[in-house]
Amino acid sequence: MSLRPDVLLAILGMAIATYALRAGGYALLRAFRPGPFVQAMLHHMPGCIFVAFVAPPLLQGGVPHLIAAAVTVGAMLALRSYLLAIAAGVGALWALALAA
Amino acid sequence: MKPGPVVFTRVGALRGARLAVGLLPAMVPFALVVGVVADSKGLSFLETVLMSALVFAGTSQIVALELWREPAPVLGATLAALVINLRLAPMGAALSPWLDRLRGIRLWGTLATLVDNTFAVCIADQRQGGRDAALLLGMGVTMWAGWTLMTGVGHAAAGLIRLPPGHPVFFAGIATILALMVPIWRGRGDAMPWVVAGIAAAAAHFAGLGPPWPVLAGALCGAAAGAWRDGRR
Repeated sequence: MSLRPDVLLAILGMAIATYALRAGGYALLRAFRPGPFVQAMLHHMPGCIFVAFVAPPLLQGGVPHLIAAAVTVGAMLALRSYLLAIAAGVGALWALALAA
Repeated sequence: MKPGPVVFTRVGALRGARLAVGLLPAMVPFALVVGVVADSKGLSFLETVLMSALVFAGTSQIVALELWREPAPVLGATLAALVINLRLAPMGAALSPWLDRLRGIRLWGTLATLVDNTFAVCIADQRQGGRDAALLLGMGVTMWAGWTLMTGVGHAAAGLIRLPPGHPVFFAGIATILALMVPIWRGRGDAMPWVVAGIAAAAAHFAGLGPPWPVLAGALCGAAAGAWRDGRR
């Protein structure tokens, strides 16, 4: 159960940096009310962040990953359950890996 | 859309907690792996749990642990967290319709729990007219507790868990984001910015740029394309 000072310092550095980002984006927005273009960008930001998050690993993963992604989205549209949609996607990729 | 009064209620926090419980199982494989990697890098159980509790951002934790050595890389770990978690900054800004109505600990404390999953659910709720900002806190605290607990379990069970990298269960992380994107989709107007975001992120990735540059390039290009299109209408 050790807690070494150098490890603690590294953890605190990570924690402070991460909190500064969590709070900082909003704090900046509040300090400088941005113009209409930046407001419109923020309106589009949520979807675009997530597309940008999944696009590289899906394309890197190739056809099985793209099929599993389609199964996940299809299951979510049909069942409206995060848990079932995620299970369907993982199950599809697993089945494809076993079949290959 | 008329901006109704934003509230912050116990009911909202409990609804957030229930929504988060549904997302926790998908987080388990990743949390276990972070615990196992922390053990392999020589972190004690206490250090592992403390990192998860204070940082609470899985991707930055795994990257920092990959470059861990003796003594702990204070500057390297801090820079890794700063760069990889840059994507959290625009999330707080996008939630401003809720956050603007909060003060003090409710505002700055709720922001401390912000992660990808809670952001996605809350943005979708906000767009459907949701006005209870405590949803974000209830979800965030629940995800935080699950994350801290499961990384601790991963550390404790490090000898028993042997998942090869690329195992299909790790797809749960991407599948979570994909499922979260379904309620964020607002219709055909989102198609062009989303395609631009995907192309820009893929281009950055295949050009050899590591995280977070593909996410930032995609998010900024897609959002700018959408804002430019909106400005012409």
